[in-house]
This record gives sequence, C-alpha cells and structure tokens, in this order.
Amino acid sequence: MTSQVSSPTAPGNQPASAGVLGEQRQPAKETKRLDRVIIRFAGDSGDGMQLTGDRFTSETASFGNDLSTLPNFPAEIRAPAGTLPGVSSFQLHFADHDILTPGDAPNVLVAMNPAALKANLADLPRGAEIIVNTDEFTRRALQKVGYAANPLEDGSLEGYSVHPVPLTTLTLEALKDSGLARKDAERAKNMFALGLLSWMYHRPTEATETFLRKKFAKKPDIAEANVVAYRAGWNFGETTEDFAVSYEVQPAASAFPAGTYRNISGNLALAYGLIAASSQSELPLFLGSYPITPASDILHELSRHKNFGVRTFQAEDEIAAIGAALGAAFGGSLAVTTTSGPGVALKSETIGLAVSLELPLLVVDIQRGGPSTGLPTKTEQADLLQAMYGRNGEAPVPVVAPATPADCFAAAMEAARIAVTYRTPVFLLSDGYLANGSEPWRIPELEELPDLRVQFATAPNHTAADGTESFWPYLRDPETLARPWAVPGTPGLEHRIGGIEKQDGTGNISYDPANHDFMVRTRQAKIDGIAVPDVVVDNPDGQADTLVIGWGSTYGPITAAVRRIRREGGHIAQTHLRHLNPFPPNLGEVLAGYRRVIVPEMNLGQLAHLLRAKYLVDARSYTQVTGLPFKAEQLAQAIVKESVDV
Amino acid sequence: MSEALALVPKAEAQQSMKDFKSDQEVRWCPGCGDYAILAAVQSFMPELGLARENVVFVSGIGCSSRFPYYMNTYGMHSIHGRAPAIATGLAASRRDLSVWVVTGDGDALSIGGNHLIHALRRNVNLKILLFNNRIYGLTKGQYSPTSEIGKITKSTPMGSLDAPFNPVSLALGAEASFVARTIDSDRKHLQGVLRAAAAHPGTALVEIYQNCNIFNDGAFDTLKEKGTAQEALIHLEHGQPIRFGAPAEDGLGSKGVVRDQATGDLRVVDLTADGVDVTQVLVHDAHAASPTTAFALSRLADADTLHHTPIGVLRDVDRPVYDTDMAEQLEQAVVQNGKGDLAKLLAGGDTWTVAG
Repeated sequence: MTSQVSSPTAPGNQPASAGVLGEQRQPAKETKRLDRVIIRFAGDSGDGMQLTGDRFTSETASFGNDLSTLPNFPAEIRAPAGTLPGVSSFQLHFADHDILTPGDAPNVLVAMNPAALKANLADLPRGAEIIVNTDEFTRRALQKVGYAANPLEDGSLEGYSVHPVPLTTLTLEALKDSGLARKDAERAKNMFALGLLSWMYHRPTEATETFLRKKFAKKPDIAEANVVAYRAGWNFGETTEDFAVSYEVQPAASAFPAGTYRNISGNLALAYGLIAASSQSELPLFLGSYPITPASDILHELSRHKNFGVRTFQAEDEIAAIGAALGAAFGGSLAVTTTSGPGVALKSETIGLAVSLELPLLVVDIQRGGPSTGLPTKTEQADLLQAMYGRNGEAPVPVVAPATPADCFAAAMEAARIAVTYRTPVFLLSDGYLANGSEPWRIPELEELPDLRVQFATAPNHTAADGTESFWPYLRDPETLARPWAVPGTPGLEHRIGGIEKQDGTGNISYDPANHDFMVRTRQAKIDGIAVPDVVVDNPDGQADTLVIGWGSTYGPITAAVRRIRREGGHIAQTHLRHLNPFPPNLGEVLAGYRRVIVPEMNLGQLAHLLRAKYLVDARSYTQVTGLPFKAEQLAQAIVKESVDV
Repeated sequence: MSEALALVPKAEAQQSMKDFKSDQEVRWCPGCGDYAILAAVQSFMPELGLARENVVFVSGIGCSSRFPYYMNTYGMHSIHGRAPAIATGLAASRRDLSVWVVTGDGDALSIGGNHLIHALRRNVNLKILLFNNRIYGLTKGQYSPTSEIGKITKSTPMGSLDAPFNPVSLALGAEASFVARTIDSDRKHLQGVLRAAAAHPGTALVEIYQNCNIFNDGAFDTLKEKGTAQEALIHLEHGQPIRFGAPAEDGLGSKGVVRDQATGDLRVVDLTADGVDVTQVLVHDAHAASPTTAFALSRLADADTLHHTPIGVLRDVDRPVYDTDMAEQLEQAVVQNGKGDLAKLLAGGDTWTVAG
C-alpha cells in the first residue's frame, strides 16, 4: 500500500552517490515519490539475504527514514539448497514518517530462487513488484519446490509487476575480469541485487562500499568483487529499460525528536543497556551464559567490551551460567545471565536460590517459540507465566519487558535498577522479534541515564542487649524491604547465607513455622512493593470504551492497528505494560474504566490470565502463535471485532 | 606466599582456630567424620594467615554442605551440585578472595558432575574438598556414585548395579592440575594436603575419605585400623620411592610399586621376594607433566577392599589459571582499545542527526 505523493522529481535530487559509480549517467528516468515502502529480500540460507537486508537497512537509516525490520530465517544453518525449508528472508519497512512495524505485506519481493518465490508469494498483495533471479529458475530447481511449470512463463504471476533479471549471469559478467573462480564470483550476486535495489530507492551507497572493504579486508579480491557487483547492480537499474521508474522516500525528519540517531537491533540495545547499567551502578558487569538462539548475540557483543571491565563466562551449561552469575553477584558484580525459554527451565532452581539469597541478578530471556525446542529462530511471548511462576515454593520475581528493539536499552537499565535496589533476581523478557529486528534509536546523553549506584554494607547493623555489635544479613531496609548487600572482603560482616529457610534478621537456619510464614510473606511483600510507574493510557478523544492492552514486542503492531482504527473513525484506547510484576499501581483502576479490555498476545492468553486473576476484569484475549509478529491490519480487524458486544 | 594466595589480603593479627568457628551449633550426627574434618580445617586456616573476610566457603547440598555455616568466614550454602559453578563466578570476578568448595560424593559426582569436571578443566582458583563417604547420608542411606557394586541400600535391596566412580581418576581425566586424597581421621595428613592445595594456583581437588557412622559405618576401616592399614594404604610423597607395608631391612615398606615392563602399567611387588630390584620401585613425581602415572596410581586400589589405596598428592602441576587469564584479557583490552567510554560506545556505528 505504497501511496504516491508526487511524481516525478527533478533528477538533481538524486543522492550525490549516484555520481560515484563511475559511469556516464543515462538520461534521467522517472522518479516517483513514496511515503513508505516494504521490501522483502528472500533467498537460500546461504545466499546472504540477512547481510543484504542489513546493508539496505543501514543505507536507509543513514538516509534518515524511519524503519523497522523483520529478519526471518530457518534454524538450520544451511538447509538443503533450493528447498522451501532453506528459505531465509529479511523484510524492511521504511518511510518518510513515524512507523511501528516491519509492515504487513511487501510491496517489493526480491526472490533469488524459485523456493524464495514460492515461500513468499502468498504474502504479496496484487500489484507488488517481484524481482526474480531468472538464472535460478531451472527445471530442476522448479521441480525441487513442486512447480510443475515455470511461474515466470505460465501466467500465474499476472497481476504482479515482475522484473525477470538474470542476476547470476549479470554478476558473473561484471566479474569476468576479476580472476575469481566462478563459485566465488557467483556469491556476489546478493550485492548485485542490493545495488539494484539501492538504485531503485535512491539509497546512499558509500557506506556499503566502505563496509564491504572492511568486512573482506583480509581478502581484497573478494572485497573488490562485491563492490563491483554492487555497482553493477546499481548501473543495471540505471540503464536497463525494464526498470523505468525509481522511487524516493524522503527522510522522516519530522517523525524524530532532535538528536543523534543510529539504527539498532534489540539484542545490541540490550547489551548496551547492560554495559550502561554497569557504568551507572559502578558495579563490574559479569555475564554467565550458554549459547542459545536467539540470545547468543548478547554474549558475543558483551565479549567484545572487556575494556569496560565486562567479564563474560561461557559456561558448560545453562545451570552453570546462572550459577556463576549468582556467585559473582555475591561478590558484588552486576550479574547477568542471558538465555531463551529452554534455558530458563534449566535455571529455575538457581533463580529460586537467588530469591532466597536476595541477591541482585538479571535473567534475560529472549523468548522463542515453544514448548521444548520449539521454533528456535521464531518469536513468541509464551514464557510470561514461566517467568512469573516457574519455580518451586513461593518465589516471586519481578518481570520487565521491552516494547521495541531500541527500547531494550532502557528496559535493561530498568531491570538492573530493580535488581540492585531490591536485591532480587529480575526477569527481562525480550523475544526473537525484538532481538533481531531493528529501528532507529536516539542515542541518549549520559546525563539522561538513571543513577543506579548502590551502597554495600560496611558496618555491623545490630547491637545485642549486652552491647556487642554484629551483622545481620537479613535485617531489612524498612522502605524497600531489601536486605543489606555485604560483599566478601568487608571486615566484620562475615556471614553465611543459603537456600534453607532462614531466621528473620540473623539469617541463621530456621525451621520455625511462624518464621517461615513471615519470611514467605515478607519476600512477597518486597516484590509487591517495588516502585514502578503508573501506566499511561492513550485515549486521544476520550470517547473510547474499549482498551487494548499489550506487553513486550506487540507494542508496534498494536499501536499500528490502533492508528488504523482511529483513521477509520473508531474510538479505541491503548496502553502497554513494561512492568508485568509488579503491575503498575493504577492498572486496576485503568482496567475498570473501560467496558471492554482486549489483550493481544503471541501466546494463548498469558497476560489476559494474569489480569483476569488479579483484577477480576473480563479481559478478552486475541492470540497468535505463528512464530511471527502480528500484522497491523489483521490485528486492527480483530480488535474491532472483539470490541463489539456479543 | 604462593601465587595462589598472592592477591588475598593478610590478617593483621595472629589468628587461632577459635577465629574460624562460627556461633552456630554444629548439627552433624554424633561420631560423624565431618567433625574431624571441620576441626582440621578450622585449625589449619590460621596457618594461611589470610584476612578472614577474604575467605569464602561455598557448598552444595548434603551433610558435608552444611560446612560453611560452621566457618566464621563468608559462606554460601547453595543448591545441589552447583557449588563449583557458583564458586567459579565468585573466584573469577574476585581474585582477592580465597574460595573453597565443600561437597560430597553425591553432590560433586552425581548431580553436580558436569560442574566439577568443567571447573577442573578450566583451572579456576578454587579449592574443592570432596567428602567421600560412599553413601547418601542426608536422604538417609541410598547408594552413591562411589558406592561399590552390589551394595545393599534402601534403594538397592538386591544390590547396586552401578559401577562406581574413582574420584581421583575422574579428576585426572578432567585435566585437573591438582589432585590429592586424604582421610578424615588423620589430621596431620589432612592438613598437609590442605597446605599443598592452598598453595596451588588453580583448581585443587582434595578427596577426603569420610566415615558416615550411621549409613555406611566403617567404610574406610581397612585404611584406618593398624592391623590392615599398613598393607592397604600407600603414602605418596613427592620424590620418594612408593613403598608401603611392613618395614623391610632398609626401614622402608617391604612392598613397592613398579612399572610392568611388558604393559607399562603399575603393579605392586613384594620387595623381599627373590630377584626383585629395589631400585626399580617407582619414585613419586607429583609434578610430572603427564598425568599418566598419576592415573595409573589412582587405579591401584581395589574398589571393593580398598587395598593399595594411595593417599597424598597425586598430581600438582602448573598450568594457566582461568581467573588470572580472564583478568589479563581485561587489562589487555584496555591497552588495545583504551578504557571503555560509554558515550563513545553508544554513538558508535553509522549515525545521523536530526536538527531540532
């Protein structure tokens, strides 16, 4: 649904980079201006589609468009070539205005082979542009994915605007003097495609060339080949008659508050949030982690920043990963473990120990499709109840969830604040969509970051009747109910803590029934009493009697859906939860103020379950567990349907 | 002072055993071997002269794991099997601490087997005291991973089918840089082993044979009773010929450990027999680069009768210490990239500016 604002614009408006490509420009082609575009790059898992998407995203970000991305790839590293399960794709939505999702349906599909076409065609609206690599449409490749006839020839693509391009042949032709083996030269075809798309959408090219030269610095011939293929793709667009029109999408300047921006993925923002939390708390960062999709990137990223005093420990298993983190927390580190749902299951016992020890610990769960191994590379929000309740005994743990990829930065700092202030493990529930998706992020000034400094205990805190002073590890702060954090190395505060129930105050082993009852209730009261901000409701005309409430990564699709409903004249209120435990103090009152409460979630209604249980509200669930984020249009229709009285 | 403790602050005043006793009542069964080990550790610690606040005992679950409550140091009684993992995080992030792990045969070798072998492989600066009583005590008498085959317990009324682990063999196989064995009732020997373990940079595994007088009483009597110990127990001393048994004419043991020329394996020979050359007796080398001979020594004991059980330090070699190397990488990163600058990090990558 690309809307056309004006056309054509003067060729003088072309990005200056057009001139660097080394060829005399052809007479200007028509340029149309669009307000937004959704492109999907699709190919074999070995075709470099994620890299192609990443580069187009970087070009788009530096051009100043608002954007949102959705990488989508199989769990297999290299599934059999040319098959449907092997298709990897990268969707990018960019616009001259503020956008919230990677888009429902692509306007443009780049299909590198028949499998990519077949796997993605159903998502395309009629009229969409399809750029296909005709070289790959051989009989064998077609048969492999069950095409009886060539869809490029049998008329089945009528209604789409198909651009047949022999991408492989053109790439090989462009590289015929490179001296590269055919196999190596062929691998540059994704850069040819990127060049073509960069021409079509007037993307700046310099940064990609710099990137390629840096990425392949150790193989200069490969670097050069990629640059040549990239330029050839651009020039192909410029010269061939098949591409008569190119498109402009103006920067989204008015969508962004003033500031310096960069494009950032959720996992990168989360890793930066942890480093920032370490800096703001003046505590060294310790990460205990075991590789797991889609969380491993955080381990990789933090491992690159040892000059911040960051210690990363790749453990023998998930249990050791959190165990080491807990040990580091005892020693006074800002301790973190990163994982996904199956890892959380393994860590449960240690999370319970952290609840009992009352030590700060961040448990970062990048949720993926479950149960069990489930869908490792796909997104889901189905670990909420696991985070809330997945432990033996009464073991309450605060839960924080980021709403967008860039928001992972602030959410990580908020989780750290709760952990160090209240001396408790905290769940940070991101998901695969946030982790790999990206969007522009306004880089904060350091002065904007919260002060997370904490006081370690330094002196005895108890005086006995006879005047002797001692240290009681479970003597609480009356305000926060947090216990003192006395780290080894502090003289006079030697103490023992453990998972066995302890006496209030002294922390000594206690099996006393009344004491246990008191301690269970006190641990719960500490979590219930955590200061979290009220939710803010967006109800612009004040006329809505339906509230849509979500949490985590559904923020983008829900907000986009709400905008659609409002554009059609509908009245709808929206709020979104960052804090899932404890809930914001005004939440009950907010929910009670609406006739209908609708809860869209990528699970079978876990937040709805919590809201119904706690607030006795007749929350209606709208759920989807496809491993993919909601589409705004579909969600808008569902909300409208659900908001009608039955 | 050894490299292992170089970064740990020293006590300002002379310490005594009393300084290391906590105010908590010790709650092991009367007669338990753990009492002897506790007393041996408490009376040994003053010798190290470490600031008490820089000493941490971490344990898992089981009878032995109550140990930290009785030490007036920092301590954590954690969960079953996980103490080596928790202690790894603590030791790796705090090199100014002397970190000790107290564990048992079930805790270390069954539920926590993975963490034990990986701690040994990494060579983190930890001292692991493994109390081996060859039985589950706290859960009241099931067979353990070190129980002998055929053992009748509550969970194995017809006899255990499991082949036991030999903890020393296991540790050597896991690339341990220090492995020793001692016995709860021999305080002098126990403290000698602790001394060597404390001085060792990296992970030290000390297996302590410990009597559970309730569920497996007398499990190590063969090694303790005068009448049998002489023939059953092999005292290992670095640089000394491995001899035991009733004294021969030269005052040393009349039995010796020699290498079988045909198989390369070790075997016990009677040195008083005709044709045996005393100079062929193996001289113990705890610092040998290869663990092969230490492993062969660990296999001399008969799993059922415990005859020919070596005690003492089987292996003590230097190799890179995990926490030291980790700290060095942090320093190296600062040298290479400068001290971390948060503002610069956040603003890295391709950026663009939107004017107000």
